[in-house]
Amino acid sequence: MLEFLQQLINGLSLGAIYALIALGYTMVYGIIMLINFAHGDIMMVGAYVGFFSIAVLGSNIFAALIFAMLSCAALGVLIEKIAYKPLRNSSRIAALITAIGVSLFLEYFTLFLLTPQQRVFPEAAFPLHKYQIGGLLVSNKDIFIFVLAVILMIALQYIIKRTRTGKAMRAVSLDREAAILMGISVDRTISITFAIGSSLAAAAGVMIGIYYNTINPLMGIIPGLKAFVAAVLGGIGIIPGAMVGGFLMGILETMVSGYGSTLYRDAVAFGVLILILLVKPTGLFGKDTGEKV
Amino acid sequence: MRVSRKLVLLVLMLFALGVLAGCSSKQEGGDKAGGDKAAVETIPVGINVELSGDLASYGSNSRNGMVLAIEEINQAGGVLGKELKAIERDCQSKPDEAMNNSAALVGEKVIAQLGPLTSGAVAGSTPVMMQNKTPLIAPAATAENVTVEEKTGKTLDYIFRVCYLDADQAKRMAEFALNDLKVKNAVIFGSTSDDYAKGLAKYFEEAFIAGGGEIVAKEGYVNGDKDFKATLTKLRSKNPEFIYVPGYYTEVALLIKQARDLDIKVPIGGGDGWDSPDMVKVAGVEALNNTYFANHYSVEDPSPTISSFVKAYEAKYKKLPDSFAALGYDSAKILAQAINDAGEADPAKVAQALAQIKDFPGITGTMSINEKHNPVKKIVVIEYKDGKLVSR
Amino acid sequence: MEKKRFVPRSFLIEVLVLAGIFTLVQYLIVSGLLNEYYQINLSAMCINIILAVSLNLINGFTGQLSLGHAGFMAVGAYAAVVVTTIYSQSFILGLLAACLAAGLAGLIIGVPTLRLKGDYLAIATLGFGEIIRVILQNIDFIGGPAGILGIPRYSTWPWLFGLTIFTIVIIANLINSSYGRAIISVREDEVASELMGINTTNYKVLAFVIGALFAGLAGALYAHYFYIIKPSTFNFLKSFDILVIVVLGGLGSTTGAVIAAIFVTMLTAALQTFPAIRMVLYAVILVVVMVYRPQGLMGNKEWGRRTFGRIWGEKNEPLANK
Repeated sequence: MLEFLQQLINGLSLGAIYALIALGYTMVYGIIMLINFAHGDIMMVGAYVGFFSIAVLGSNIFAALIFAMLSCAALGVLIEKIAYKPLRNSSRIAALITAIGVSLFLEYFTLFLLTPQQRVFPEAAFPLHKYQIGGLLVSNKDIFIFVLAVILMIALQYIIKRTRTGKAMRAVSLDREAAILMGISVDRTISITFAIGSSLAAAAGVMIGIYYNTINPLMGIIPGLKAFVAAVLGGIGIIPGAMVGGFLMGILETMVSGYGSTLYRDAVAFGVLILILLVKPTGLFGKDTGEKV
Repeated sequence: MRVSRKLVLLVLMLFALGVLAGCSSKQEGGDKAGGDKAAVETIPVGINVELSGDLASYGSNSRNGMVLAIEEINQAGGVLGKELKAIERDCQSKPDEAMNNSAALVGEKVIAQLGPLTSGAVAGSTPVMMQNKTPLIAPAATAENVTVEEKTGKTLDYIFRVCYLDADQAKRMAEFALNDLKVKNAVIFGSTSDDYAKGLAKYFEEAFIAGGGEIVAKEGYVNGDKDFKATLTKLRSKNPEFIYVPGYYTEVALLIKQARDLDIKVPIGGGDGWDSPDMVKVAGVEALNNTYFANHYSVEDPSPTISSFVKAYEAKYKKLPDSFAALGYDSAKILAQAINDAGEADPAKVAQALAQIKDFPGITGTMSINEKHNPVKKIVVIEYKDGKLVSR
Repeated sequence: MEKKRFVPRSFLIEVLVLAGIFTLVQYLIVSGLLNEYYQINLSAMCINIILAVSLNLINGFTGQLSLGHAGFMAVGAYAAVVVTTIYSQSFILGLLAACLAAGLAGLIIGVPTLRLKGDYLAIATLGFGEIIRVILQNIDFIGGPAGILGIPRYSTWPWLFGLTIFTIVIIANLINSSYGRAIISVREDEVASELMGINTTNYKVLAFVIGALFAGLAGALYAHYFYIIKPSTFNFLKSFDILVIVVLGGLGSTTGAVIAAIFVTMLTAALQTFPAIRMVLYAVILVVVMVYRPQGLMGNKEWGRRTFGRIWGEKNEPLANK
């Protein structure tokens, strides 16, 4: 039982990171129906910005976090303007290929610029403290990541449900034509969506840096893919779905490693995804909209 | 629409300019280091390593070592009065790309190819090198069947390596654990996504059991993993006396750190994939105490050859060399020696000379090439002691 | 409409051109004029063409976004290698085993997943592709992560060229047949074609299985050209590479898939001379092509449909564009 709880704690920290990345995936998908494969790489850029602001500028962890989120928000908007906007009226698969191109670009431009060497987050920026709670080991990093993720999610929920911008985002997502007729600036709304999604990814990137200490130019590929799976698991385009999907994915992976075998971890993660999709083809929270004829 | 396309074009042009500027300045640097006498005759040397993909960081370190060695050779007057000229290719750690690059390099009449790192990519290159009778020196391919034919066990005439084999280093570690650390049981927790680590795990298990030890559990992770807590939590309940972690430092450093975070205090051991200055940075001084790995050399070795290599490498690349860099350096140096021995820049003759190399003073130990084209050299076990590397 | 002849002239000309290309290359190889480097890239071209044309059947003509093509390629490669290398059987048996195994895998995966739509199908196929890879990685009989070495090189130029043409002919004819029209109707409007009495699921599965089968064939050719296979070669990034070729050529254009496969193979080879920024340039080219030509090089137009589509397809005019 103790071991199970310990595994649950492990799973929750991992899941929080997945959930944050998955949120960005799902927001972008919800609004322009694009699988933004570059999202994991935006997270990587965020991790690097965080790293440099700590290691070079000597800022503290919160300043680094905010700096990374702001830079990535700008990066996300820029990518959308350059690569995705010209394709808004083209086939979705063309946009998908562009996203793959952008993803390769971010990975390999960073690799070219900063060498493939991994960077090590300075330990002093966030010293580790361990707490023993009834036989369970919990570190301040676990708590930090979990709490920060939850705060960011609540903030996101607030923006989407309670602000005018959020309302505009929901409107564009629901029916773009109608939103234009209602006087909503679609371009602006899409930019804001990219900004928010990318800044969440940046936060996740800095968290990975703090939690696992190392970052490298290709670090975004696998978490990006996992987060995408998480987003689909919850029903892509649906924000609570991404959160639940992310946590589910984290816990699932930890449990498979803990009680099964790491060797089949990725296979099990995909297997569960496929099973869920077969039972519920639009993901856990997906609404079956039926077909418009 | 129109505006955004113009924006795309503008950004791309700026970017292209930047890349070109970066390239040209780099080339200038390279030319200066290589000497400015364009008239000097050159011998082309192929460098075919992993510059992109998962193994890019190891591949680029190895490349750095090779390039450094070639520069040093040229500064000392080259070989046979000619300069070595490196032609670089990126094999992306894919066997097919490695083969394609080898064919291109052979087309450029290289004297030999250095790299790739992984045994799989070397296997891709092998047939091309064999057909064209051009030697290949693998800096770090440790699988058994790299230099011999898979089915017949015959030595491949043109394939060489400068690193020891997986079986040897795993055996060394198993004996070290049993005899020096006096442990009786162990768990293995290594990477399962590459043949290197899987080979080490297999050989360690054989040697450890043969030496009277017991393996109480075997677990694996996948390269690129960052979270090992789940499996470590599971292993903790088995109370092992020793943990063998075959894999690369990118994962191992995190794994050790997380193991110590979970209060697993037993000794941890591994192989040459551990060797990197990043180990201390990632895992921390404290966590690394009581960990040991089999290695090619120690970066803190005071011997003059090693310390001058370390200094030169640090001056050029602003970081400490790891094993891959040292092995890359040795592979280029041993090639230069073989060309000198052969007396002419003929690939087939160089291959013959390589097979005859005796007592070559490399960074990774004094080595002689045996009849299977493997180097015979000592394997050191290194202990991390308060962040310092201590040879055992 | 032209007068119907038993063998139309254009058909003859195109067959002659192909035979000419084949003989020329064969001569250059035999006489040693074509060096190893060009041979490797030619072979890679053929393999890429088969992969692209077969994926185009699924993604382009049927309109089902599949991201698991590398998985079928892996199944084919391993099946063929087990037959030829481990059980020392002939290459033809290996190729048959590859097609059979990959087709079967396509059926097993296609039947349940093709009920899914759009991006859900994409992620499910991607997932299956990765599951195949993980499974292969954990079977020690076929070498685990190290894969299988020492595969004999059976994929000679006649095999490669012949099977590439074979693939194009089969798929072009399929598309030009009544099956093909049903398949395209699924892409254009699933509901409408269902109302017309077309069993959309059957046609989707059919296209998926045939696509998988040819991917398996490509995998077998790949394995017997490059001497070594290992699971990590067939990861999801490989599927992306194939998808890139298909979209670059133009979804739903076999000609486009062929041209793009040739173009991408040459591009990758050419970029090798800039090892440090190779991938950056590749990414930039990809984005630029997509931004300026989102419909791909060929859109959905075809060249020479007459020739390839003629042999047993109905002799109607090429399908109107779209």
